[in-house]
Amino acid sequence: MPPLAGQGRCLESVPWRGAPVSPGETTLEVSVSHNDHTGSTLAAHVRQVTGLNPARCYQCGKCSAGCPMAAEMDFRPHDVLRLIQQDKREQLLSGESLWLCLTCETCTARCPNECDPARVIDTLREMVWRDNGGAGAPRHIRAFHKSFLKQIRRSGRIFEFGLVAGYKMRTGSLFSDVGAVPGMLKRGKLALTPTRIKGLDEIRRIFDKCAAAETDAEEP
Amino acid sequence: MARIGVFVCHCGENIGRTVDCAQVAEACGSFPGVVHSVDYKYMCSDPGQLQIKEAIKEKGLTGVVVAACSPHMHEKTFRKAAAAAGLNPFLCEMANIREHCSWIHEDRARATAKAIDLTRFIVEKVKRNQPLVPISIPVERRALVIGAGIAGIQAALDIADGGREVILVEKEPSIGGHMSQLSETFPTLDCSQCILTPRMVEAFQHPRIKLMTYSEVESLEGYIGNFAVTIRKKARSVDDELCNGCGDCQSACPVKKIPSEFDAGLGKRTAIYVPFPQAVPNIPVIDRERCTRFKAMRKGKKKEVCGRCLKACGREAIDFAQEDRLITEKVGAIVFATGYQLYSIGEEQPREHLSGYGEYGYGEIPDVIDGMQFERLASASGPTGGRIERPSDGKEPETVVFLQCVGSRDPQKGIDYCSKLCCMYIAKHTMLYRHKVHHGRAVVFYMDVRAGGKGYDEFVRRAVEEDGAEYVRGRVSRLYRAGDKVRVCGFDTLSGEPLEMDADMVVMATAIQPQPGIESLAQKLSVSYDKSGFINEAHPKLKPVETNTAGIYVAGACQAPRDIPDAVAMASAAASKVLGLFSNEELERDPCVAQVDETTCSGCFHCERVCPYGAVEHLEVRDRGGNLIKVIAKVNQGVCQGCGTCQATCPSKSVELLGFTDAQIFAAINSL
Amino acid sequence: MKLGYFPGCSLHATAREFDESLRAMAPRLDLELDEVEDWACCGATSAHNTNHLLSVSLPARTLAISEAQGHESLLAPCAACYSRLAYARHALEADPSLCDPVKDAIGREPPTTVQVLSIVRLLADLAPRIREKVATALDGVQIACYYGCLLARPAELNDVGSVEAPTAMEDVVKAVGATPVVWNQRLECCGGGFSLSRKASVVRLSRSIVEDARAAGAAALVVACPMCHLNLDFRQKAIARRSGERADMPVFFLTQLVGLALGMSATELGLGRHYVSTADFVARLSGQEGAAESASEEIKEVG
Repeated sequence: MPPLAGQGRCLESVPWRGAPVSPGETTLEVSVSHNDHTGSTLAAHVRQVTGLNPARCYQCGKCSAGCPMAAEMDFRPHDVLRLIQQDKREQLLSGESLWLCLTCETCTARCPNECDPARVIDTLREMVWRDNGGAGAPRHIRAFHKSFLKQIRRSGRIFEFGLVAGYKMRTGSLFSDVGAVPGMLKRGKLALTPTRIKGLDEIRRIFDKCAAAETDAEEP
Repeated sequence: MARIGVFVCHCGENIGRTVDCAQVAEACGSFPGVVHSVDYKYMCSDPGQLQIKEAIKEKGLTGVVVAACSPHMHEKTFRKAAAAAGLNPFLCEMANIREHCSWIHEDRARATAKAIDLTRFIVEKVKRNQPLVPISIPVERRALVIGAGIAGIQAALDIADGGREVILVEKEPSIGGHMSQLSETFPTLDCSQCILTPRMVEAFQHPRIKLMTYSEVESLEGYIGNFAVTIRKKARSVDDELCNGCGDCQSACPVKKIPSEFDAGLGKRTAIYVPFPQAVPNIPVIDRERCTRFKAMRKGKKKEVCGRCLKACGREAIDFAQEDRLITEKVGAIVFATGYQLYSIGEEQPREHLSGYGEYGYGEIPDVIDGMQFERLASASGPTGGRIERPSDGKEPETVVFLQCVGSRDPQKGIDYCSKLCCMYIAKHTMLYRHKVHHGRAVVFYMDVRAGGKGYDEFVRRAVEEDGAEYVRGRVSRLYRAGDKVRVCGFDTLSGEPLEMDADMVVMATAIQPQPGIESLAQKLSVSYDKSGFINEAHPKLKPVETNTAGIYVAGACQAPRDIPDAVAMASAAASKVLGLFSNEELERDPCVAQVDETTCSGCFHCERVCPYGAVEHLEVRDRGGNLIKVIAKVNQGVCQGCGTCQATCPSKSVELLGFTDAQIFAAINSL
Repeated sequence: MKLGYFPGCSLHATAREFDESLRAMAPRLDLELDEVEDWACCGATSAHNTNHLLSVSLPARTLAISEAQGHESLLAPCAACYSRLAYARHALEADPSLCDPVKDAIGREPPTTVQVLSIVRLLADLAPRIREKVATALDGVQIACYYGCLLARPAELNDVGSVEAPTAMEDVVKAVGATPVVWNQRLECCGGGFSLSRKASVVRLSRSIVEDARAAGAAALVVACPMCHLNLDFRQKAIARRSGERADMPVFFLTQLVGLALGMSATELGLGRHYVSTADFVARLSGQEGAAESASEEIKEVG
């Protein structure tokens, strides 16, 4: 008998790429891919968390060609994907490059092969942050994020004067930009006292639960 | 009483590794009606087939079941073996214990159990098989070739030279296709028109080729050997009998600024026009969308305006009143050769899953052109007479940047595949440019250079080594206007450095896509296509020029991106298939078709409504006195493809698919 | 039209004029802004870069409160807040497995209905109304519309048109009679959150934006993001020091530009809070002799 399927209609080609996995889904049993996605490699981690397959990157460099920070990075976006493919964990995670990403998403918008480098970099940063409380992140970046999150936890909102002061304390760069403070004050752009929201207990609950969820996820 | 023989194949290790074949043979031996059951390493080998033949003779088998691979592989082999031993071949069937069992399972015990079940299923069916005789149908030994680019021309010439008549249909006013637009061809740099035009003339003059330009296939009926095709001959508005191609009408036409399709929009043409000087046939056509007279007519003006071509024509060949004509032709085989178009980077896209390149300016930067436009710039017959001039101001560009893979290998824009020709033609472009502009820079941004083909890689190397093309490995992120230049933001992945440069002109190797409207034509012809619109071949390796509709073949870039040598090779292959088909006066075909029981059919014609092939006809049943008793369904066995939809639909169970009757199928299912 | 309103932290501090101009302009366009009660910070880059669940939960709480207040749409003028809020809505919809942990974290039902709106989308939709109410048309004034990253990307959160060629901001600018210039840097990044931690990068990136706008003949830049404003306005002096040009390219929030066209005063719009003086621009607008002085007087007073 002649095959019935496809007589005068469009045949979907057989999926070879692995079925898409929704974000957060950790099992990939539906996938036809034989690529490693359960092991402990960086690629497997990225795939488990995001459903993105780092092996898709074919190193065209379009991400790095459009990256505003490429000129300052040791590892450009396409290098990041390459190092994941090669599982060079130490080399990739210890450097500053990951933290120079501005998440402007230009790479993701233009990636021809839908690798979503911005999301991949986010995932790696989260991983570094979680593994040792941000110790892997460069000092000034760590200081910024710590001050920022502490502020939210304490007040529910960002109180920029306090944020800047906290950041400066942590980095020790007390005097850079210090000249801007009077101008900011004069223009009414800096409040001197923080606003605290009423539902602070809610905010603390959110922080605690989210931190706990991360730890749970780590345990097998 | 059935006497069935079961033959279990190990297929080397393919089946034997996962399935205990000896155990399967032993188990099958105990099925009711099975009188012979053996296993063997390679059933398809000569000794294997011999076992089947001998068993048929010695044990007087009434049916044979071979438990082996897919029937797609070896059903023919085993049926022939059965026939050689005197058994009707349709009493021999296969149980697929390879693709359906050993290849997809790991647990040996469970796979063996499944193999036994699969074989039992077929044994029960074969017990109820009836001998069938192949159907003979006559062959109309004329061919239709759709599309008269290089593939269509080649196929038509080969079939015609083989002694058969060909109707060559082309939707454009001239034959020649894209090849007529090219300047030079890789990897030899010979002039495209110089090698093509003799073939065009040959096709035009061939006594067995009937050329139908400015025509399209309207509909198709029938089946292999017996197609009836209706062709729409679009109104040319010029009488092709009277016209002598003098060109006076073109000179007289006042509408002179229409972007020429042949020059990829870089040149201009008139409203009555011959697309290019060597066009075949050399008969103009009136573009009714742009002609002043037709525009006025559409606006409902009574007065006849313009008509300068009419006055200029000395032979009264202009015919404004001409209408489309529908012509029906009988053919036995069809070659599908409709070719390609280039992907446009614009915001508007012909298919929903495609998107344009906003990062490259959506095609709105004037000095960003595509590969075909560069061909026209480089061509001696082009709008610049072969001088490389950029479109915005006619300046000779001193830096030309070439981008490969624009659209191709870009799933985000909707195209996954490699367009295959671009690596080669971009290398050619760099050479042509450097040969014409010695001081100019030719910079190519590429991802990979894919130059598999005789003399191909050498050609690319020559572009780099001898003609000074600069190759940069990286995809460009953005193009934008910077003064009168185009800013190119790229990255050199080999040196690891960002690379920004200003170009005078950018040439993009945009992806190869099937012609617009290919889906609707494929639907008319009942051939399948992939999600990009390319026609599917029947088998990617073994049936590269057949489609899955018998009698329809495919050649050239409508099947996948093809360069000239590939397209020509495919065309000749398709032609040889057509000639092979035409070497017989009659065709044999599979008798597994539907049959209506005249006594029980109530004439509800559900079957007619569901039949995808239009195979159900009406039969008037009359008594001896000629009085009409009832009208019932009848299946045209030439058209029926044996899909079984009618059988599943019939409320009175009056349709049976021969070889797959309800009795056979239910018995098989009940055995599980 | 009643809208939920999420000012976000910046609009209470460094981008106060964004908040002021929006609140001042709203009644003229018949908008009623109903601030989300007891809203908290969206988490911004810090939550985003360090803890995914946190980066969804913080905005989810705000969205849930907004829904409880009965908002169908929630306006988040700050592009960064918009991005985080819209992402949380999108993520909760696209990935149902997030709902339980988020519900557990915020102790409320996760949001399912409220539509997050950017200021650009809102004003583009209101363009016909704006056109009607223009008092001082900005006829022929050349404006460079700067989207930056967060309004255009990622594609799933974009509500301003296409990713590579959005038009919403230009629509607003046209509605007030001004002419959007054709320029190249409108979707490039200004350096965003590195304003504090990596000043040199910000100066490098923002410089090319200011220079390209100037080269395209723009009289002013228009933005809809406090971070972009900070980098292009506050840092323009540092940029000028680098490039040798003058720091004279005024940077307006989109609401301020619309406010000017609706005939509102520099004071109402908080123009005095800018670093790069807007006085010349405003004076040229009113087109009167001596207007420059009075405008600058007014602006100085505020400052």
